[in-house]
Amino acid sequence: MKNRTVDVDYLTRVEGEGAIHVKVKGNKVTDVKLKIFEPPRFFEAFLRGRNFTEAPDITARICGICPIAYQMSAVHAMEDALGVKVDGQLRALRRLIYCGEWIESHALHVYMLHAPDFLGYQDAIQMAKDYPKEVQRALELKKIGNELVTLLGGREIHPINVRVGGFYKVPTKRQLAPLVERLKWARDAAVETTRLVGTFRFPKFERDYEFVALRHPNEYPFNEGRLVSNKGLDIPIRDYENHFFEEHMPYSSTLHSVQKDRGPYFVGPLARYNLNFDRLSPLAQEAACSAGLAPECRNPFKSIIVRSVETVYACDEALRIIDEYEMPEKPAVEVKPRASRGCGCTEAPRGILYHRYRIDDSGVILDAKIVPPTAQNQRIIESDLREFVSKNLKLTQEKLTWQCEQAVRNYDPCISCSTHSLKLVVERE
Amino acid sequence: MNASEGLARILPANARILVIGVGNEYCSDDAVGILVARRLRELSLNSVTVIEKSGEGTELMESWKNADNVILVDAVASGAKPGMIHHFDARAHPIPTSYFRCSTHAFGVGEAIELARTLNQLPSNLTVFGIEGKIFNAGTGLSLDVQEAVKQVLELVLLQIRAAGQNG
Repeated sequence: MKNRTVDVDYLTRVEGEGAIHVKVKGNKVTDVKLKIFEPPRFFEAFLRGRNFTEAPDITARICGICPIAYQMSAVHAMEDALGVKVDGQLRALRRLIYCGEWIESHALHVYMLHAPDFLGYQDAIQMAKDYPKEVQRALELKKIGNELVTLLGGREIHPINVRVGGFYKVPTKRQLAPLVERLKWARDAAVETTRLVGTFRFPKFERDYEFVALRHPNEYPFNEGRLVSNKGLDIPIRDYENHFFEEHMPYSSTLHSVQKDRGPYFVGPLARYNLNFDRLSPLAQEAACSAGLAPECRNPFKSIIVRSVETVYACDEALRIIDEYEMPEKPAVEVKPRASRGCGCTEAPRGILYHRYRIDDSGVILDAKIVPPTAQNQRIIESDLREFVSKNLKLTQEKLTWQCEQAVRNYDPCISCSTHSLKLVVERE
Repeated sequence: MNASEGLARILPANARILVIGVGNEYCSDDAVGILVARRLRELSLNSVTVIEKSGEGTELMESWKNADNVILVDAVASGAKPGMIHHFDARAHPIPTSYFRCSTHAFGVGEAIELARTLNQLPSNLTVFGIEGKIFNAGTGLSLDVQEAVKQVLELVLLQIRAAGQNG
């Protein structure tokens, strides 16, 4: 076989931009690089010298899709530093706002970004001509997630109502009540979505991943838990940096996160699902089984089903929280600065998001570290591409490129969190 | 009185226009749409609603759902000279979606407009002003060329508001 080159200059339908370079010589993949042109860690630098109370609002600006994740990891890290525990209804409200963000983010990715790959459309605009009802469903689902975030977060983008210790204002029961019917519709729509994506054709592709996610004693994880893996990892969040570190890759200005002595690991919906299937609500479990998804799944292309299942769960969980809600007396617990260091890790829609801060006795941030999920998945994306291309060299150039892009989108990479700009280059020499 | 204020004073009272400033104020020139919206808001025009959006497409579609006259301002990257102002009548012609890929959204302004066209959800009038940006890295502050275009865009937006009001 002669050497080949496949070039795709722009990878669409991922959040942000970057570049992927796959080099094929004969029948062998010789090189795979995920090149991300990350600007200097602007936000980490920007946080230095600011007050600890500003961290949730500043970091919420990093990503327009998952501001709540940034706020949650920030507040948990600060509360860890200050020895504060937020529980009861305030804790429940944090889960509720996270439900809104998962619904929004998953609806967008499942329908607008990933489904066109499976249905053979260039994009959601083309897909909408043949599937207008499904696209309308996506828009409505996303809107409901948005309404939840807006109600609790104060506004839809860059929410401002989240603070260290709780919220600035908490909703009344009456304010939450109108959401119930909306969420019931959303839950039905999510079940329907799971049924639809379960009928898609999935490339045969499975790998022996190390999945890493939070695990909580009795909840599907959002804000709290231990960091666990299917290969024996079981650590408190505080030990994150003893087990994971970031490597600078010469071809990319971003940092790749790896596990010490073990290499790449997989974070996100598929990891959460494999490690926490037993913590899903019965309805979400049932939706998964009906769509043909076993409690364990190692095919990353099926992450689209998992996102749909998690959407069912998020609607279910939101309804449970609203049903049990009693307005707390105070919107937040008191926090007082002290010289300290704290860590937080929460489950963003795309996977674990780690924050660590050091503050002085007046509450000024001395340094910050933020590890977004996409930075943690980069090595896995590269190794997926290496294996996928190796096994599919007989595909036409067009089909191979299409499926490589699809393989990247399995991870819903939010390049804008870890960088700004994604181009895909599959080069066959 | 500067030119913008002068134009603002002669706006018809019944204009009822939605102006959407799109961007990310922490991504250098991507902030320009937001900054134009803020300048416009300072003029306190009765007939004009000014909102700021990140550029996430489905939210944009939702925001213009009940509006007839919409003006959207965003940074673009087409390869033209930084500071150049592109003017699109989105109702009349398809939008070059690639221009808007400087945003951090996979489903952004261009996709929102074209999906709305497919689903028959475009406002009766949708004018888009795209300002060619130079730097889209994380950071605050506009590059000089883009900064210089802000005043001109503001005047174009006010002229558009006036025209929409007269037709409305």
